[in-house]
Amino acid sequence: MRQLCATRSMSWKGGPDLMELNDLTHSTGEWLKGTGPNAHIVLSSRIRLARNLTLAPFTNRAEKKDMEAVLAAVESAISRIPYFKEATFFRLNELDNVDRQFLVERHLMSHDHATNPQGKGVIVSKEEALSVMVNEEDHLRLQVMQSGFDLDATWQAVNAIDNALSEQLPYAFLPEWGFLTACPTNTGTAMRGSVMVHLPALVMSRQINKVLMAISKLSFASRGFYGEGTQAIGNFYQISNQVSLGHSEQDIISNINGLIRQIIEQEEQARQALLVQNRSVLEDKICRALGTLKNARIISSQETIELLSMVRLGVDVGIITDLDPKALNELFIMIQPAHLQKIEGKKLGTAERDTRRARLIREKFQNKV
Amino acid sequence: MGLNFNMKCDKCTKKATVHLTEIVDGKVMEMHMCEDCAREQSQHMEQQFGLADLLAGLTDFGKHVPEVQQKAMALQCASCGLTYEDFRKFGRFGCAQCYIAFKSQLKTLLKKIHGSNVHLGKIPLKVMPIDGVSVAVVPEAVVETPQPPMDPIELLRKQLHEAIEHEDFERAAALRDKIHELEGRA
Repeated sequence: MRQLCATRSMSWKGGPDLMELNDLTHSTGEWLKGTGPNAHIVLSSRIRLARNLTLAPFTNRAEKKDMEAVLAAVESAISRIPYFKEATFFRLNELDNVDRQFLVERHLMSHDHATNPQGKGVIVSKEEALSVMVNEEDHLRLQVMQSGFDLDATWQAVNAIDNALSEQLPYAFLPEWGFLTACPTNTGTAMRGSVMVHLPALVMSRQINKVLMAISKLSFASRGFYGEGTQAIGNFYQISNQVSLGHSEQDIISNINGLIRQIIEQEEQARQALLVQNRSVLEDKICRALGTLKNARIISSQETIELLSMVRLGVDVGIITDLDPKALNELFIMIQPAHLQKIEGKKLGTAERDTRRARLIREKFQNKV
Repeated sequence: MGLNFNMKCDKCTKKATVHLTEIVDGKVMEMHMCEDCAREQSQHMEQQFGLADLLAGLTDFGKHVPEVQQKAMALQCASCGLTYEDFRKFGRFGCAQCYIAFKSQLKTLLKKIHGSNVHLGKIPLKVMPIDGVSVAVVPEAVVETPQPPMDPIELLRKQLHEAIEHEDFERAAALRDKIHELEGRA
């Protein structure tokens, strides 16, 4: 079996052992561990900060030399910052398509970042809690992601890293308007806090539209599991702030927290109502989902994610008691195309992937996931 | 859910090129319109569309007030060369300097997007002046000059200029209609 060509990773002088992408294939990031506050409904908390440097035009008007200058400045800056000691700097043009897709599937960088790799980079910390896209829409997109519902801790982490970077790099900033971003919708704090929630009971009880409408009325956005422009799939919704100017970071976070607390409460009530009024129907749905996953020979990612959502609900409400939530969370990531190809060690077409996916799921469930 | 590209406009018989999905009280409504009908609906659509559409879609006020708009459109960032017109088209700035080059336009735009144009968030530990341009913010003095008496249409035209300069397109559209009405009567 041909192995994918080994991926090269860039490191700085005196850096630690290089992380190889292939090492990551059989594990997933810390943010999927399924612990933390309200982990039965909240998968993860994430904060993204956009930053630009005064030393080059924004990426959309940058020439090759400008992008190189930004990459070099960032690479040099992080070599002096302890937070990045165990992180790896990847230049995207040195990774192949599957490897770039692999990083997208792990939520470490955006789909857009992967499509045009020239002059772009991504820095990934060892536990994958921190990632920094270099030369995406903005020069820097810092992201910290944690398991469960804890935006405050996430903010503290990303804020400390941002402070350290700001001492090394000339941030584009105006006191009046804050951090200057390529898109005026991000100007100001340039912060987006997002919380990934799993709302199967609100979907099943047909209350989800009401919730989503309330979210948009309050100037928050909801997206699917796989980020911007994606449909909600497997009852996962990523809820984030839209407004970035006129409020402090703490205020924005406390607004998101308030909204998420209400959503958690509503989902809990909907789950309770289903358990009381429709327990046998719910049990049937959950157990059928588990049965299909354990036995399917060919399965698409869409169907897998929908069934995994049901099984996750089964674990969360105590109908299924012998599965490990972390391993279940990891399956959402592992069953994606690039992951399957990394596991298999070769390129796979759609039909081959559907077969390989079914086999991976059966194997995982044999080991209680 | 694929779109049918031969769809007819819901309002006339022309080819529909603008497709809108609206959720009202949980009901999904789809609208398909030609560009002309869509423009009529633009006030409504302003809330629905993304920023680039918002910036680009409402630019044809030119024939009523060419000078003011052309003046704003021709503004150019000295550092990266981006014009205000391009910014409106693509919805992205070219560099940090653009914020200074388009400052008076942005005051209104940022307020429209965020409901505020004052940064209340963190300040980086080290602040660099942007290419020697002072980053200190000097509030502009508000000077009220007495207005000489004016022909009502002239007055409305002046207000229309201001509305466009401040990108208050809703107001601009209302003023434009009012001017048309008065001109019709005259």
